[in-house]
Amino acid sequence: MTKANRIKIALVGNPNSGKTTLFNLLTGLNQKTGNFPGVTVDKKSGFSKLPDGSTAEIIDLPGTYSIYPKTLDEQIVQDILLDPAHPQYPDKVIVVTDASNLKRNLLLFTQIRDLGIPLVLVLNMMDVAQLKKLNIDLRGLSIDLGVKIIPTNSHSGDGIAALKEALSQPLVKSKRPFYDIYDLAPKTIDVIKTEFDLTENYRAYQYAQQSVRLNFLTEDEKERIAKIKDENGFYDVPTQSQETLGRYQLISDIVDRNVKNSRDPLHKSVSQKIDRVVTHPVFGYLIFFTVLMLIFQAIFAWAEGPMNLIEGSIAEFSGWVKDILPEGIISDLITDGVLAGLAGVLVFIPQIAILFAFIALLEESGYMSRAVFLMDKLMRKVGLNGKSVVPLISGMACAIPAIMATRNIDSWKDRLITIFVTPFMSCSARLPVYAILIGLVVPEQQVLGVFNLQGLVLQALYLLGFLAAIGSAYIMKLILKSTQKSYFIMELPGYKIPSWKNIGLTIYDKSKTFVLEAGKIIIAISIVLWVLASYGFNENFRNAEENVRQNIGANASQEEYEVALSSYKLEYSVAGSFGKIIEPAIRPLGYDWKIGIALITSFAAREVFVGTMSTIYSIGASDDDEITIRERLREEKNPETGEPMYSPAVAFSLMVFYAFAMQCMSTLAIVYRETKGWKWPIIQTIYMTAVAYISALITYNIFS
Amino acid sequence: MRSLAELKKNERGIIKGFNDDSLSVKLIEMGCLPGTEVSVDLIAPFGDPIAIGVSGYCLSLRKNEAACIMIED
Repeated sequence: MTKANRIKIALVGNPNSGKTTLFNLLTGLNQKTGNFPGVTVDKKSGFSKLPDGSTAEIIDLPGTYSIYPKTLDEQIVQDILLDPAHPQYPDKVIVVTDASNLKRNLLLFTQIRDLGIPLVLVLNMMDVAQLKKLNIDLRGLSIDLGVKIIPTNSHSGDGIAALKEALSQPLVKSKRPFYDIYDLAPKTIDVIKTEFDLTENYRAYQYAQQSVRLNFLTEDEKERIAKIKDENGFYDVPTQSQETLGRYQLISDIVDRNVKNSRDPLHKSVSQKIDRVVTHPVFGYLIFFTVLMLIFQAIFAWAEGPMNLIEGSIAEFSGWVKDILPEGIISDLITDGVLAGLAGVLVFIPQIAILFAFIALLEESGYMSRAVFLMDKLMRKVGLNGKSVVPLISGMACAIPAIMATRNIDSWKDRLITIFVTPFMSCSARLPVYAILIGLVVPEQQVLGVFNLQGLVLQALYLLGFLAAIGSAYIMKLILKSTQKSYFIMELPGYKIPSWKNIGLTIYDKSKTFVLEAGKIIIAISIVLWVLASYGFNENFRNAEENVRQNIGANASQEEYEVALSSYKLEYSVAGSFGKIIEPAIRPLGYDWKIGIALITSFAAREVFVGTMSTIYSIGASDDDEITIRERLREEKNPETGEPMYSPAVAFSLMVFYAFAMQCMSTLAIVYRETKGWKWPIIQTIYMTAVAYISALITYNIFS
Repeated sequence: MRSLAELKKNERGIIKGFNDDSLSVKLIEMGCLPGTEVSVDLIAPFGDPIAIGVSGYCLSLRKNEAACIMIED
């Protein structure tokens, strides 16, 4: 089957309806994340084999409560469904609803049904409905709503086969609208229908309601619609209220007829009981901070084993490559350039996987929205919003998805402040830098019998990032002025046992993205760096052999000579010159030109620091193969004092620098996209670098 | 007439109407329909936001948003 006649199916539904779980069940590992053309909303799509042998492309659209978008993410749903010329316009729609909360979930269904797209209604979470003792008459409901209904339980996978079966059969388009909008604005609808050649009343009505937001209409068309509305006395807000109330009236009648609740109305559900504890003034915060603490401890404690394994295997492999390849440039390039850089990427998979697992777990279980609820008042004090909690916590994984997650914040000022401060949160790319430096200067010991000292230091660094974020938000709040009101209306979904499949897929997806995206940059930079560090154009580099012979005297052994030669070459190589140029600026922080090189290269991405260090020190060291980067750094001596180069003062100064500095080009790019200009990314970079420099300076002076 | 913001924890009431047009559209969409029963289920530490039970689920909103929902006495 060619790509052209493969049918497109869109998954639409309220947030928390189990839509993504269903998407994962339909597509399995057969999915990809991309971008919708022209906008930065993540497009998740995948392929599903249907019983009739055909393959359907399934598109997971962002969750929304109605066709009227309130956030930028929700806008995409309307952009696609109202524009038949859109490349993603679906042939069929699956509307996913939470069967345990049908009334509110059906609003969106009735709106999409009236757009005249063939659809099937999925009542998901049937298990939860059963727990709530809801008796749903599926046949009656199907007749009353005029749609084919498939009950599913995305936890157990029940109903998926039936859904696929239904999708492979032709779905009938209902002839009569569910709720006839016509009487609300007959003249406006008639004129727009003729002018724009539309068949459904509801589409014409949507043009009237949302013309300013519809990206596919030209300015000229928007003006025409505005004029039509004006002439016929169409007012958006009151009409929309009337429409919503009218729909709910029909829905209420139907739901009351077909869904019987056999439970005592005063019964307290499990979710309610948990909520009493989780939002308690004392236990609530206690739980919140314990959860965060657990995450940090786990990142260090659980990742240790697999990390050593990965590090060891690559070092061993590198040694093996050195043995079988003839000595020379190729062997050096592969081991010191490519493999050293690769080790820097792969070794962090365990930690990144653990972090993303926890974040997915918090989202999946429903706890994340309680954290939002708990923190809103506090966050507002510093100019943020309860909804900033999600970007800030995701920022601990990666600032890029975190900044994209700010789209859920509808107030522009709150959103801008959140975008501005999110990069202060310690992301997973800082983890490699922290991990290596902590391992170097903080002894591995237990504190109070239960806490790992290294874990505590890591936690302190995360706290430092968080405080910087909060402090900066407060400053921004005082500077920025805005009259726009911010909203907080948000569902607190029932608690769910997380789906391990979803979490597994998230881990797989994020780790893969990290390895591929970050890996590409890191390996490329490692190779470039190897070249820059291995060649030089000045006198000293060219006469390296002679100069070194003279410097170390005739008594030195061959081995001593080689070590001296390679570090001499590095110093006078191109990379060395760069490092030397910035050395005066970073000397007050305790850094030498070697760290200077790493600072420059890691401006692309923080984790490049480690790869750069590996590359620099593998070149600088003798060919004493299977030694890991950590050991190399530990052996490095300060040429002036003879003391270890990585003293606590230098290591802490570096950690603080990386905690605050905007060392990430991808973050800059995403801030540019989200704020639509260079103003904010530039201000942000200058601000963050200044904070980083001053703080590192203070830290170095305190510890030395 | 009281607003939803004045209700105490565990108190119940029937929604009568709204005193803010643009906010009312959002609230109606979320199932806060006139004539529906609401209950104040949770109040966050520091008194704000609150969570209400409405149309069979739990909705959180800020005090100032709750203040625009009028309750029948």
